[in-house]
Amino acid sequence: MSLVYSEEQRLLADTASEFLMAKSPVAALRKLRDEGSAEGFDRALWREMVDMGWSAIPYPEALGGLEFGCKGLGAVFEHIGSKLSASPLLSSIVLGGSLIELAASAAQQAAWMPALIGGDKRLALAVDEQPRHDPAASTLAAVREGAGYVLNGSKLFISDGIGADAFVVVARTAGKAGERAGISLFLVAADAPGVQLTTMKTIDSRNHACLVLKDVRLAADALLGAEGDGFAVLDTVLDRGRACIAAELLGATQALFDTTVDYLKTRVQFDVPIGSFQALQHRAAWCFTHLHLARSAVMAGLAAMDDAELDAGARARLVSLAKWKAGDAAHRISREAVQLHGGMGVTDELDVGLYLKRIRVLQASLGDGDFHCQRYGEQCSAEA
Amino acid sequence: MSTIEDFRRETRAWLEANCPQSMRSPMPDGDLVWGGRTVEFKTEDQRLWFERMRDKGWFCPDWPVEYGGGGLSAEQNAVLESEMRRLRCRPPQINLGVWMLGPVLLEFGSEEQKRALLPPMARGEIRWCQGFSEPNAGSDLASLKASAVDAGDHFLVNGTKIWTSYGDKSDWMYMLVRTDPSASKQKGISLLVVDMASPGIEARPIDLISGKSSFCQVFFDNVKVPKDHLIGPLHGGWTLAKALLQHERRAMSKFGEFSLPNHFDLLELAERYLPPAASSSLAEAGLRARAIATAMDEHAYKLTTQRMGEEMRARQNVSGVMSIMKLVHSEQEKDKFEVLLDLMGHRALGWEGDAFEAEELAVARAWLGSFAQTIAGGSSEVQLNVIAKRVLELPEGKQAK
Repeated sequence: MSLVYSEEQRLLADTASEFLMAKSPVAALRKLRDEGSAEGFDRALWREMVDMGWSAIPYPEALGGLEFGCKGLGAVFEHIGSKLSASPLLSSIVLGGSLIELAASAAQQAAWMPALIGGDKRLALAVDEQPRHDPAASTLAAVREGAGYVLNGSKLFISDGIGADAFVVVARTAGKAGERAGISLFLVAADAPGVQLTTMKTIDSRNHACLVLKDVRLAADALLGAEGDGFAVLDTVLDRGRACIAAELLGATQALFDTTVDYLKTRVQFDVPIGSFQALQHRAAWCFTHLHLARSAVMAGLAAMDDAELDAGARARLVSLAKWKAGDAAHRISREAVQLHGGMGVTDELDVGLYLKRIRVLQASLGDGDFHCQRYGEQCSAEA
Repeated sequence: MSTIEDFRRETRAWLEANCPQSMRSPMPDGDLVWGGRTVEFKTEDQRLWFERMRDKGWFCPDWPVEYGGGGLSAEQNAVLESEMRRLRCRPPQINLGVWMLGPVLLEFGSEEQKRALLPPMARGEIRWCQGFSEPNAGSDLASLKASAVDAGDHFLVNGTKIWTSYGDKSDWMYMLVRTDPSASKQKGISLLVVDMASPGIEARPIDLISGKSSFCQVFFDNVKVPKDHLIGPLHGGWTLAKALLQHERRAMSKFGEFSLPNHFDLLELAERYLPPAASSSLAEAGLRARAIATAMDEHAYKLTTQRMGEEMRARQNVSGVMSIMKLVHSEQEKDKFEVLLDLMGHRALGWEGDAFEAEELAVARAWLGSFAQTIAGGSSEVQLNVIAKRVLELPEGKQAK
């Protein structure tokens, strides 16, 4: 398991960096926010990302993918984080599409894969029901009716839910909240009768939605994978997403840290650059330290996803470590960044606040630090 | 199949065949084997392991063969290290000369000095200690005062060194001395090697908060040191000292891998000393969460050593990541023992005697010992200064020069 990018992955990262610098600087996010964009991303930009092949990165060649793996995705997500670039790459490709790749029947794959990779359709994953992420706690009910199912319940904090063509809904066909058995995955079209979607306006100006399903009747072929047996594949796909979010966090944190160090060198008070004060130097040095620890953890999380020889427990442990440490470093550094920028740090004029807000959303997405700390511990005691 | 994979297979097989079973377990402090004029073995296995690794040239695997090394490439050396870690092989010997002075001699020593000093080091025949700090020269090392005065065919050395590990048990010392008192402080320093058996040297052990220690204060009273014991240029020792300190920082974080503290498994101890998760109180659940978070940070550090190794082999610049290693390792050890003390309650507060298990006593001593880790070998504050100034290139302050 290698903790550095390959030559190929580095090239991909360089391309992503150049492209995003030109097409999607932080100002683009500011513009989307000020215009009140409902989807929270620019469709034309997404089209360009698709044309560059980003929507095909994780999938096997047999499904029309590039087979660049999770580390390939990570290389791109670092730069997405660094520019706060908005796109449905995570929601539709990494999460929705991966469920089609790993859980769907051949017919379902034929119906969805080309449309997803081609950017013609979008999927969103509806998993959370409570304020904090906990997929095993899902209670949204799916009850058999004839050959099909009836779904009732609601889902929250759905990333890029507004404008999605369909949702992968995590539902319960058996068991009770907290149990992994009995979780089933369904494809629900956004325009199906009984589907109600509302906007959740979040601090990062990105697209989040609330989904209410009221007597939504689905045919049998809406089921992804085996009934009641969806948790394992869901967890694998969530781990893909978590590793990518960790990379996005790392990129955002690195950019914010670099900006802050520049500020320490140029901001003058008491006739000297404030970066000459040892009290601030040591805080910056600690930030640098945690950023390096986070980078190692993120690389291990990405590499773990690509390592077919790792068992599910070892993979989960490394991905949880990555999400935890990336979130931890992001937390320390975003707080320091605001404080070290002084009064300017709390103004909307600087981008510091945009990073702070996006970082907080990414920390909470697909499990916060406490969730992943517990998950890491459970994996360790399961191994012992 | 690549040659490095062949090397890995051969190395694995050799270690399997030659590392005695009893040398593949965690190592209490007293079981370290120190190379030197008088090597002490507690067991026959220790002797076997020492002699086999010595004869293989693997005390210094990546040194050139002509100086007694194993002649391995950096890549092969990394394979050897990972295979030894895999089998949990103890280091066959501990010797500061190998880790710190050796690399500096390879870079700065004269050919005669290399031939005279390196092979005995590589055979584990000379035990080395370091004479850097003085009572009034700690973090501000360049203010050191121990002097070496030119007395014709030799130097006359006077002064005192402190925090010299095993000063009382070592055969030779490499030391920084002031050879030009009139020059500005970094410019009048030289590096000497001194036979500890020379007349006029006295080493006194220092007791620490953790009890008996390996640290000594060493006194020099008109000690004669031959002229050819000067390493590098006269008055040019500061450059060598900085190189040595780089090796020291790396060696200290490496030393941590072998020494006992790392073998306290935080999560395993949490399972042992806390009730099962399902029946834990709020306080116990909080403690468990702290233990897991601390173990996770430790894991991230281990991954960082792995990443740094990979980047080094890919010839990337690793000076940034290397600058954090000593700081992170020593600070994490301190945090870890604080969590352990909280987990274990009064069981980790024993000093000696039968009321506590050996491991419990070891935790208490190691906790006390961990305080020295963020002071020795460049304090955490010095490490943070280095990161801020050399890596982040933040501007110099007005305060200290």
